[in-house]
Amino acid sequence: MPDTIAFVLNGQPVTAAGVSPAMTLLDWLRGPARLTGTKEGCAEGDCGACTVALEQPPAAGGRSCEPANACLLMMGQVHGRAVRTVEGLRDAGGTPHPVQRALADGDGTQCGYCTPGIIMSMYAFAAGGEPPEAALIHDALAGNLCRCTGYRPIVEAMARVAQQPDAPLASMVERPPAGAAAWQDGATRFDSPTTLDALLALRRDFPDAWLLAGGTDLGLRVSHDRDVPAHVVHVARVPELQMASVARERLRIGAALTYAGLLPYLADSLAPFGAMVRRLGSRQIRALGTIGGNLGTASPIGDTLPVLLALDATIHVRSAARGPRAVASDAFFLGYRRTALAADDIIEAIDIKVPQPGEVFHVDKVSKRRDQDISAVLGAYRLRIEDGVVRSARLAFGGMAATPARARQAEAALIGQPWGDGAIDRAAAALARDFQPLDDWRGSAAYRLAVAGNLLRRLYWRTTRPDAVLEVDQL
Amino acid sequence: MSADPDQARGTAQGGVHSPQRHDSALKHTTGEATYIDDMAEPSGLLHAALVLSPVAHGRLRAIDLAAARAAPGVVAVIAAADIPGRNDIAPGNSNEPLFAETVVEHVGQPVAAIAAVSLDAARAAAKKAVLDIETLPAILTIDAALEQGSLLYPPSVLSRGDAVAALQQAPLRLSHSFRVGGQEHFYLEGQVALALPGEDGDITIHSSTQHPTEVQHIAARVLGLDYNQITVMVRRMGGAFGGKESNASWVAAVAALLARQTGRPVKLRLPRSHDMVATGKRHGFLYRYDVGFDDEGRVLALDVTLAANGGHSVDLTPGVLGRALTHVDNTYWVPDIRCTGLACKTNTVSNTAFRGFGGPQGVVVMEDAIGRIAHVLGKTPEAVRAVNFYGEGINDETPYGQKVEDNLIRRCVAQVARESSWAQRRAEIDAFNRDNPVIKRGLGMFPLKFGISFNIPSMNQAGALVHVYSDGSIRLNHGGTEMGQGLFVKVAQVVAEVFQVDLDRIRVTATSTGEVPNTSPTAASTGSDLNGWAAFTAADTIRQRMATFAAGHFDVPEDAIAFRDNHVHVARPGDNRVVAFNELARLCHQGRVSLSSTGFYRTPKIHWDPQAMKGRPFFYFSYGAAVAEVAIDTLTGESRVLRADLVQDCGRSLNPAVDLGQIEGAFAQGMGWLTCEELWWDKDGRLRTAGPSTYKIPGSRDVPPVFNVHILENAPAREATIFRSKAIGEPPLMLATAVWTALKDAIASVAEHSVPVTLDAPATPERILVAVQTVRSASLASVE
Repeated sequence: MPDTIAFVLNGQPVTAAGVSPAMTLLDWLRGPARLTGTKEGCAEGDCGACTVALEQPPAAGGRSCEPANACLLMMGQVHGRAVRTVEGLRDAGGTPHPVQRALADGDGTQCGYCTPGIIMSMYAFAAGGEPPEAALIHDALAGNLCRCTGYRPIVEAMARVAQQPDAPLASMVERPPAGAAAWQDGATRFDSPTTLDALLALRRDFPDAWLLAGGTDLGLRVSHDRDVPAHVVHVARVPELQMASVARERLRIGAALTYAGLLPYLADSLAPFGAMVRRLGSRQIRALGTIGGNLGTASPIGDTLPVLLALDATIHVRSAARGPRAVASDAFFLGYRRTALAADDIIEAIDIKVPQPGEVFHVDKVSKRRDQDISAVLGAYRLRIEDGVVRSARLAFGGMAATPARARQAEAALIGQPWGDGAIDRAAAALARDFQPLDDWRGSAAYRLAVAGNLLRRLYWRTTRPDAVLEVDQL
Repeated sequence: MSADPDQARGTAQGGVHSPQRHDSALKHTTGEATYIDDMAEPSGLLHAALVLSPVAHGRLRAIDLAAARAAPGVVAVIAAADIPGRNDIAPGNSNEPLFAETVVEHVGQPVAAIAAVSLDAARAAAKKAVLDIETLPAILTIDAALEQGSLLYPPSVLSRGDAVAALQQAPLRLSHSFRVGGQEHFYLEGQVALALPGEDGDITIHSSTQHPTEVQHIAARVLGLDYNQITVMVRRMGGAFGGKESNASWVAAVAALLARQTGRPVKLRLPRSHDMVATGKRHGFLYRYDVGFDDEGRVLALDVTLAANGGHSVDLTPGVLGRALTHVDNTYWVPDIRCTGLACKTNTVSNTAFRGFGGPQGVVVMEDAIGRIAHVLGKTPEAVRAVNFYGEGINDETPYGQKVEDNLIRRCVAQVARESSWAQRRAEIDAFNRDNPVIKRGLGMFPLKFGISFNIPSMNQAGALVHVYSDGSIRLNHGGTEMGQGLFVKVAQVVAEVFQVDLDRIRVTATSTGEVPNTSPTAASTGSDLNGWAAFTAADTIRQRMATFAAGHFDVPEDAIAFRDNHVHVARPGDNRVVAFNELARLCHQGRVSLSSTGFYRTPKIHWDPQAMKGRPFFYFSYGAAVAEVAIDTLTGESRVLRADLVQDCGRSLNPAVDLGQIEGAFAQGMGWLTCEELWWDKDGRLRTAGPSTYKIPGSRDVPPVFNVHILENAPAREATIFRSKAIGEPPLMLATAVWTALKDAIASVAEHSVPVTLDAPATPERILVAVQTVRSASLASVE
């Protein structure tokens, strides 16, 4: 086992010796590295004050750069990556980066505490070459909270640095190390395999280890709860788990493909899924989070899970002992955060059936805040309507039960019925038999049931009045 | 000869009235601006963590700290019994414990603290504390407190005339009840303090506080020291919003106690989850009112009860409730009025200052009443507002006896109506609503009058200390604190103006009780009013000494000396001289002239009788007006603010760039209070929205995509404020009330405005959907 974690920091190779691989990058930056520009605002991946940029090294296709929450990244995850912090943006002569100037000159700072994180999101945005469109700027800022400014000057500064040739990537000369790695330090062992076989063997030998993909949920146990895991097996560097492919009516998604990596595939008939994923967390979260992780933690409010149910997904699971097997999404969720996975299983890939012409597919997410919020209710629906009659329907909801679940009574109320108010009202009423949701801070049981029913009504509006204004975001 | 405090000269770069960027802006963006947790850690530093009550109300039978004390890395463990001075952190005289002694009164109340060699060691040890608590019944809501008569102190009443009799005589009358929620400050930098033990028991504390003097006093009280043994410093805070006025003091006191106990430096930084349960918030309010009016919509009488959730202790509730009571009238003349304030004691965290300080909770009353009066009369709320505004020379006395002498209400309202194209958009929105069954739009207006000064007259004082060095560079220190609001740059602009030198010649330094003593908190929007004047006085004293010296040195009368464009001009017939300011500073030093001075300011004219609730509590009023447009989804209750037009009075703005930022930021914060920010306690009194994953402040997309802000022009303050500027920190937060009125307008459109709307705040999707359903069923019922 190597005894040091090696990565590139602000363009230079570094090693982090003598630290736990489960230490967060944020704690390492602010502690041993004495780089205190990166701030802790919440330690739960929601405020963005700790945003850093993860850079890809120079390659034929150029370089890319994604924002990420340093509070959620364990040092073991950082091995082999290139990280840039706010201290790494000045050029060799010490001149501030254009994004730093733009925000300062535009009165985009007040207390300044969120500012370094906003700067790193701006930097990633500018480096990505996106046009200065409001929708994209808000996407890029969704993971950064500012309590002082009201954001207007920040949004304007973002627009000014978009597509500017003088907003270059900061210099990076070194390529980070590659290859499998494992560390044992203090109370924690951390394995970072790079082949599927190695991963399966680790899973077989250490079934109690945390299986860590992006760490946007599991990582909270370290960053927020300050747990010290005994053993972490990191899946995100196994190439087989990072692929995505489209074949005929099927999209295959590698379990450790990040949401950001998935998004390009969620176009055309899957566009409603893509629109929802753009509201899942923030860019910082989507740079790390994976659909396999969403399945593995099996939260009742995991945003992609009702979509997988509606799309009749197949979950490809593999273990060293039993090899591969396929589990239907309908058979995957057994109870509150319990799944059909055995202790030695890993999720390898997910197949979803792409909606075909003539099918209705939609996804609705309802939350208190549009961006970076957890759903009160998430609905996903796939229907085939022929000659005005519902031939098939899969309606799935999150936030309504202990697991993401299909609304089978509501489906039954639709199938074989004319697609119209009567059937919709009966399906909406049937939801009360499908679900007994909880009261909590995201909404009361009564609210969730009312909204779920109303989402079916809106689906009807969508199919019959495609020209109508049906969402506040359309204005 | 004194500098003219009314008329800026502007011969150098960066004087008053010019848009100057925040003094730390570039450092913010490079990450070099240092906050307390960023400071280089002194050797031997210990990190602290708190043990908090898991129970809302209970008898604290025993605290077993043995396991915590034995945990790895732990150096000290303290609880109430280890306090050498008084276990009292009350900002007033209400006696509130730092650590619970015999009872715990809310979930999150501090019971003990640990100091350990690392933060993780301290936090892990804190989890090992064992609290033996006998659970007692808890009062968790305003309603429960009212039922049980649980008040922190007797009711306070602000009244004029006979509201009860006038209500009986009024031609028309209606009553209503509604409520608004509290609000978490969510400063991005959590509470933090670093205490450094010195000689003879002295302690230096770096505290993220709006009120260094109170940190000093409370640390001294808890430690049993004299004030002169404690020095408190703060260079900048990462946001505060009132949340670091009284709450910073106890955090600092814990660090100081542990430093005293261990003899080592101690840092206490609350993790967000502790910060959100252990520190106070904006008060939620319940209102019940009875309003009498005539058929023109003129309000003749108002009898209103404002019940505030004070939490478990008094803290700053009297001030907050007092400001709520003095802002019920807002821009409206109400002849007979009675406002009763009830400070409810509940088993929740003690609520505290939050930008607006009760003002936001006061001004919503008349807006709600006006909406309902308009509905009864079939008039628009705008028409009803117009007949109720304070007059000029008539109907111009507030219920507490202060005349409205600088009335800009109609001016602001007229301008915002014009800027927002009110009439045209009203018609457009009504047409849209007729054609769209699912999404409804709404338009709302709000006029504002907000009183400026601390309600307690003695707090309206400030000091400053200015040094001119012999190279002409200037060091400025004052009692105000920098929390992001741009106070430091504004006060520096005042000093630049006095000396007519460039702003970059002035270095603003960390606020310290050792440099300027006996300060008031930087709060109540008064930071630049008070400290600007104090700094002016200090700088002007030096300027006069320099002028006197120059007159003698160049053998001219003093009125021949002029400070201009970084120079001093000496007018001598036939022999004009120009000396660089720096050169004059050198000459003054050679000439043994003191180039250092304090400055002091006390706000004139104000007085207040807290028992009678009469007087002139405010030096002046700040005005504004807003129009907001919203869209609601009648299927899900989701909403969005589409446009806002604001007009805000800043007097003659000291710094229009900073003021613009204050207006925009305050509006967004007010919008959050009224829409998406919901504090949700469970039945056991635990706050379940204790982090940004569950407590949602506005994000960038939530700010209206069309957001037009106008600083009212040609409106110098009537009173002798510093360069005729006005306060800006709090007033614009209340402009977000227009969003609430717009939401009610959108909801009302569901039933063609035939049913009055009740909409409690925060107007979450759920509350909006419930209001839509209620309006719809009431309208159907009336048809049937």
